[in-house]
Amino acid sequence: MTTVNSETARYIKPSKLLMVRRFLAEMPITAWIGLIVIFINLFVVLTAQWIAPYSETEFPTEVWAPPSAENWLGGDQLGRDMLTRILYGAQTTITIAFIATLLSFTMGIIAGFTAAVVGGFIDTLLSRIVDALMAIPTLILALVVISVLGTEIYVLIGVIAVLDSTRVFRLSRAIAMDVAVMEYVEAARLRGERLWWIMTREVLPNTVMPLIAEFGLRFAFAFLFIASLSFLGLGIQPPLADWGGMVRENASAIIYGIAAPLYPAAAIAALAVGVNLLVDYILARQNRSVAAAFDGV
Amino acid sequence: MLTLIGRRLALGILTLLVVSVIIFAGTEILPGDVATAILGQSATPENTAAIREQLGLNRPPYERYFEWLVGFVQGDLGTSLGNRRPIAPQVGFRFENTMLLAAMAACIAVPLSIGLGLISAIKQGTIFDRAISVTSLMAISVPEFFIGYLLIMFISVKLGWLPSLSNVNDRMDFGERITVMALPAITLTLVTLAHMMRMTRAAVISVMNSPYIEMAELKGVRYWRIVIQHALPNVLSPIITVVVLNLAYLVVGVVVVEVVFTYPGMGQFMVDSVSKRDVPVVQATGLIFAMTYVLLNMMADISSILANPRLRHPK
Repeated sequence: MTTVNSETARYIKPSKLLMVRRFLAEMPITAWIGLIVIFINLFVVLTAQWIAPYSETEFPTEVWAPPSAENWLGGDQLGRDMLTRILYGAQTTITIAFIATLLSFTMGIIAGFTAAVVGGFIDTLLSRIVDALMAIPTLILALVVISVLGTEIYVLIGVIAVLDSTRVFRLSRAIAMDVAVMEYVEAARLRGERLWWIMTREVLPNTVMPLIAEFGLRFAFAFLFIASLSFLGLGIQPPLADWGGMVRENASAIIYGIAAPLYPAAAIAALAVGVNLLVDYILARQNRSVAAAFDGV
Repeated sequence: MLTLIGRRLALGILTLLVVSVIIFAGTEILPGDVATAILGQSATPENTAAIREQLGLNRPPYERYFEWLVGFVQGDLGTSLGNRRPIAPQVGFRFENTMLLAAMAACIAVPLSIGLGLISAIKQGTIFDRAISVTSLMAISVPEFFIGYLLIMFISVKLGWLPSLSNVNDRMDFGERITVMALPAITLTLVTLAHMMRMTRAAVISVMNSPYIEMAELKGVRYWRIVIQHALPNVLSPIITVVVLNLAYLVVGVVVVEVVFTYPGMGQFMVDSVSKRDVPVVQATGLIFAMTYVLLNMMADISSILANPRLRHPK
């Protein structure tokens, strides 16, 4: 949208395909790495059952066996194939983080847009609740809640989603505040449109790009958070394979110079870095397009 | 300025109160019941009732909240459910250990990150600058335990320079303590370094681009004089804020790092208590962590008021 030259811009709106092509064409090498890492992870999540060399319950090797032709990453603390566990672990960890992010986004955006559009008492109330929750470090609050509710998966998803939604709330409220004062929103209000209609048809389409970037950041946060909780033994519980838990279970191998806990930890690090590299590009692009818009004035 | 600081102090105290309510309520209002949580599988109506009686859970929550808070302020943190001993002496030395570790990390991280941030701001756009920016983006997104285990693998197992476990105890002298704490402190440094450095760089660049610096340059003032005398006073305020905010982060980041290195600090104590469902200990340690965090945040705001020349000399 930004780089279309001003002659044609007046007459045709660039097609979606064109925009995607431009987005890819201008992408620096770091963002490509990020995108590729994300796609590899996505592929693994969808196909783990078929590409894993062994089944999840098999014990094909020795405890902490070194990497070999049969077991590319060696064995884990029970003699299971490390690679197989990592592939299955991707499914658990990434799926849970993704669901938590979706949930936190739904909650955060609905609350944030409502606060911005309705204003008044509702806005003050929601904003103060969010302020209070954000005054406490996320991990500490999560630990307090988990000590009472336990480590069931729906509890973990709920805790992460609520804590994460505070940031989504702030962002979407701020964005919607900017949009809510625009003439076309005012026009819709005067036409007598309903709140839901205004939010979904007038406010949302104009806030998509910053929200996509935020989705990436929130996913990275939720993903690292669930991995950290599992690493502390307070997240996803065995026998379910998950990356944070695998680091914990294999941790004692490290003092013998065995790299077992480093593989799942590296998988976590790679995905988190990948998402951040891509988001960095989206944000930089957005800043550029804002700057370009101002240059044009 | 005094009114500003006074207002911030009042807000800080209010925040502390709200935080204590949330932490107390977090273990009270939630659908899970503490008594059932403690007993787990062996919960029968009779012994659940007995536990509730013993913990005083039959009295109204607000009464127990005030009792808990007043006790906390007086240094009485209640009694652990696990070993039925008072919590305060168990938390005491662990709190010291945690603060010691955080302080050690801060002593390395703060000067290093400000220095690197300054250099990369002055060398803006060079390869050095870009390398630092990509590395720091990576360091921000990598989990603490990955850095921790990498350091253990290479520095303590392969090279044998530093011990991998950090079991500090009272019999160690200062030198031994420092050696044992070195790896966790380095891990924490690496985790916070990147963020502080990026913020320092951004703050310096934004000030160096302002018109009054250009004016000084055009007057022919020497470069380092511009940086130190003209730019630094205005950069100080954002840098101080970033540093204190990162100290706040450090205090929480310590939880995971303590577990990696089995360092006997408050973070590990809290994690253990969560898995044992020792709710009074979780409440006490949680409140201490949250309080430290809130206080540091307040200090960040107040010191940035103090460091800001425009607020220090009102018209």
